[in-house]
Amino acid sequence: MAKDLVSTLADLKEKEALRIVEDRLSAGEEPVKILGDARRALEIVGKRFADSQYFIPDLVYSGEILKEITDMVKPKLTKAAEVKRLGKVVFGTVAGDIHDIGKDIVVFMLDVNGFEVYDLGVDVPAQKFVQKIKESGAPIVGLSGFLTLAYDSMKQTIEAIKNAGLRDKVKVMIGGGQISEEIRKYTGADAYGTDAMAGVYLAKKWTGAK
Amino acid sequence: MEKKWEELSADEKREELFEKWLSPEGVEFASPEAEKAYKERATRIKDAIQMKKPDRVPVFPFVGFFPAYYVGLTPKDLMYDYDKCSTAFKKYVMDFEPDAHLGTFVAVPGKLYEILDYKLYAWPGHGTAPEHGYQCIEGEYMTADEYDALIHDPSNFFTTTYLPRVFGAFEPFKMLAPLTNILEMYGGFTAASFIAYGLPPVQDAYKALLEAGSEALKWIGVVGACHGEMAAAGFPNFFGGGCKVPFDTLGDTLRGTKGIMLDMYRQPDKLLQALEAMTPIMIKMGASAAKMNGNPIVFIPLHKGADGFLSDEQFKTFYWPTFRKLLMGLIDEGCVPFPWAEGGYNSRLKVIRDVPKGKVLYGFDTTDMAKAKEILGDVACIGGNMPIDLLSVGTSQQVEDCAKKLIETAGKGGGYIMMSGAVIDEAKSENIKAMIDATKEYGVYK
Repeated sequence: MAKDLVSTLADLKEKEALRIVEDRLSAGEEPVKILGDARRALEIVGKRFADSQYFIPDLVYSGEILKEITDMVKPKLTKAAEVKRLGKVVFGTVAGDIHDIGKDIVVFMLDVNGFEVYDLGVDVPAQKFVQKIKESGAPIVGLSGFLTLAYDSMKQTIEAIKNAGLRDKVKVMIGGGQISEEIRKYTGADAYGTDAMAGVYLAKKWTGAK
Repeated sequence: MEKKWEELSADEKREELFEKWLSPEGVEFASPEAEKAYKERATRIKDAIQMKKPDRVPVFPFVGFFPAYYVGLTPKDLMYDYDKCSTAFKKYVMDFEPDAHLGTFVAVPGKLYEILDYKLYAWPGHGTAPEHGYQCIEGEYMTADEYDALIHDPSNFFTTTYLPRVFGAFEPFKMLAPLTNILEMYGGFTAASFIAYGLPPVQDAYKALLEAGSEALKWIGVVGACHGEMAAAGFPNFFGGGCKVPFDTLGDTLRGTKGIMLDMYRQPDKLLQALEAMTPIMIKMGASAAKMNGNPIVFIPLHKGADGFLSDEQFKTFYWPTFRKLLMGLIDEGCVPFPWAEGGYNSRLKVIRDVPKGKVLYGFDTTDMAKAKEILGDVACIGGNMPIDLLSVGTSQQVEDCAKKLIETAGKGGGYIMMSGAVIDEAKSENIKAMIDATKEYGVYK
């Protein structure tokens, strides 16, 4: 068999990885298996990031390669990929802030690590978070913000969750450019993260997943 | 006979620019005390930058829209009413008495961007609320296959590709021929270059451009006078000009964050060529403004080289070489480059140490200042690190304690300027006051 997709993709060898996928598809392999390998590769990427072997560009690049692989595999998918989901997370950049790079990376890492993420986008009003929590029953909420104006938006969002009677049903994580323990206390969040994998660790801890 | 500018050495140019800053042309000081205070403040900053021990640690809060909130207005008010803008900033400076200010730097003229239908930013009334400032809209405003066009002719690329994408009013500029086609009369080749300028959409684009020019003139008339008044009252303006590190020039608004990250893997050579092509342009941008304003300090916000945003190897390959060329180019022009590292820069300190002594001012946000002092302390003045979260939601006691600690660690022996770690918008005014007053009280060198 050709080279291993898991290690090739984890090593970010784009062309080689795509060639392996092509070969495996033309050999008639079950697309779901290919996607399973890709997912395992991305978990390795996440671990390498956590170990400071990889950095943000590596995460971004791995995401791009994964997208290319998914696009190749999708037309041949006969059944939906069975992915074991660890839990649901409602995620978004808070009201007034339109930054998405940080949020997108954390959402991506949560997704490839097995979480079902409801990404509400940027500049998300507090009520939209509340509504999605109710609708999805997600036990975890992630609030992102790059600017200092996000401090108050995060605080207001968490207050809105509280006023809707949902505060004891969800754990709230915050993250972004200028977030610290000081801001966690100010906003009333349960925890904060300073890098892309912190969200995954928190979500795993909160759902009791390994 | 006095030497011409071109004949001066880099150090002579720098001294001349510092001299102009210390004795600003056309400024009539409000009183002898104001003049004395102005000179003391500017000298304090100059001494810190040149790594001589000043009388005390200079203090310079990096103020954004804070004055708007302080006087009960919004960022929108300041961007659309130049008089209100001027009044708010003057009130901030007179009430708080920092050693230097940014002028009205952050409050850009909203009307101008409205006239030109700007698409790169959301601003109050155009995508953000009146009570919030403006924000960049991330995107690929230069595509992955346009590197050659940028490298071969950056100005023409800006005119006919980049600007039409980010300004709705400049869309017709796509039709323009390169100005370098206008060589001579022979053969009608050059006359053909003028045709596009006769087309109604292009003429409309130029009308919008002229209108924007008039607005810019109106704006600078008011804010220029405001800066003059602040100088007359004894408060120097910190910046002479600004520019960006080539990697950020490309990564922030041309290729975008994702685009430039992918280019490092997919087309590293093109990216390196483009970074080289942008370097002299950035040097010129900073140096010409510094010379025009008679102030050597050139602000360089640092974005995509922060801890975690690039691996060490990527930083050394893609970010630092043209960053260093930019610093050296500005130093050669008599400037004091002021790179301002947003986020953390802990993993970069040893690399950025490689600069001539006393010529650069490094500003830091969340970087460990004890480490910065240890690694950079003998080559460059450092500044910053008063945490923006503390200024925003902390107590004035916390701010005072933090200021004391910064003075003890980063301020030891000189070469430190007290600055906020990030731009100050909606922060508690008692905390800004605590930052300034604590520095004045505890920052005195014996």
